[in-house]
Amino acid sequence: MKRVLEFVGVIALFSLRVVMSAFRGPFELEEIWRQIGEMGVRSIPLVAASGLALGVVMTLHTRSTLVTFGASAMIPKLQSISFFVEIGPLVAALLVAGRVGAGIGAVLANMRATEQIDAIDALSIDSFKFLVAPRVVACVLVLPLLTTFMDFSGLIGGFLSEFAMSHLSLRLYVVRAFSGMNWSNFIPPTLKTMVFGFLIGTVSSYFGYTTNEGAEGVGRAATNSVVVSSLLIILADVILVKIIFLIYPESAI
Amino acid sequence: MNRPWETAIRLDSVSKAFGNKQVLNDVSFSVARGEALCILGRSGTGKSVTLKLVIALLKPDKGHIWIGEDDITQLKSDELSRVRRRMGFLFQSAALFDSLTLFDNLALPLRRLTDRSKSQIEETIDLVLGQVGLAGDKYKMPVELSGGMKKRAGLARALVLEPEILLVDEPSSGLDRITASEIDDLLLEQKRKYGTTMVIVTHDTHGARRVGNRLLVLDRGKLAALGSAEELEKSQSETVRRLVGEP
Repeated sequence: MKRVLEFVGVIALFSLRVVMSAFRGPFELEEIWRQIGEMGVRSIPLVAASGLALGVVMTLHTRSTLVTFGASAMIPKLQSISFFVEIGPLVAALLVAGRVGAGIGAVLANMRATEQIDAIDALSIDSFKFLVAPRVVACVLVLPLLTTFMDFSGLIGGFLSEFAMSHLSLRLYVVRAFSGMNWSNFIPPTLKTMVFGFLIGTVSSYFGYTTNEGAEGVGRAATNSVVVSSLLIILADVILVKIIFLIYPESAI
Repeated sequence: MNRPWETAIRLDSVSKAFGNKQVLNDVSFSVARGEALCILGRSGTGKSVTLKLVIALLKPDKGHIWIGEDDITQLKSDELSRVRRRMGFLFQSAALFDSLTLFDNLALPLRRLTDRSKSQIEETIDLVLGQVGLAGDKYKMPVELSGGMKKRAGLARALVLEPEILLVDEPSSGLDRITASEIDDLLLEQKRKYGTTMVIVTHDTHGARRVGNRLLVLDRGKLAALGSAEELEKSQSETVRRLVGEP
């Protein structure tokens, strides 16, 4: 318990330092842009493919039940609500935690082990501001975009599955999918992924930047980054869903 | 004793421990402006730690470290950056940024810390890479360079901001005799041409005697001897004599 509390304390201090570095000029815009490309663009195939497959599987599972009750017309709506409200944000965040979080942890730990971080400091460049802050900012900005990709990929997957089973037209599928959907079903769940992005960026950077175990620490930093950020994402999701329900009661379906 | 303005680096009763392991214990010495001091000692005696303390990558547990007239143990981070800009550091592994080309490795500090134009930056990099014999390799990635080339590239990056003080960690480690000697030649040239103050940590006695004005021997975290090679050869300590004697 003591170790957990200690960990919460150091992560909180690390997060504070991230926020202060991110908002203190000069801003590392070039590095942020490079990281957005690295994390965002390169994650699109993974997110899109996963969304598509999940969309197909979701429809296959829900179809059999809804058909029994004569409610097959509800399939597109169920699909869109599920993806926009929960599956898209959560699965996109977990995928990014796996791909990007492990990458950040391993890269920074390797830079620490090979003295590259010391070299940056020795050149009188603030290594924290140069390496950590841009990665966290990029995670925060990229995750809502990847979530949107995941949402629409899921819908496309759902449509393909439905089309194969019942030859439903795309137009009708879209009309049914978005009937009864509000902005509150899309905006707050998508924006909550900025918190997930902050958690992934901060936790992974913490494990990579602060390691002092040489080459062995690289693997450990990558593993810890994925495990701890995934766990924190799920815990944060519970709290954020509760907050969203309080602010937007109409989104509590 | 040197007058203050002639002293580039001064360590005053510096101690450093990692956990229970006392790495440096009450070490004091100074390096005059333009002097090359070579630090010798067995592995784990605190040689590299001394270098990292001088550039403030580590903080001493006790004592003071002066760079010129600045006590770096008392400085805040922005003031520390100002002092660090006067120093260059060649790491044992060269520590090149492996995601950047050699050109970008050198350009990074120039772009961020100077207001030089793009063409001036290119000119400076060409000049420095020419000095270390890597003019034709500027667009190579670090992974494409041999051990000796990496060392020279690391030296080029350490010199690109024209530092007054150059700190060098094991310049000859992992290199053959000829390549190590070439690195020593570059250090000698830097000292002669630009009067750069140097602190060099090495296991290579031959190189240390060539480049260093004075040699310093650390033994179990304590200063065991300091003086010219000839003086240290007459030391009463066998460890010192064995470390300093010509191989």
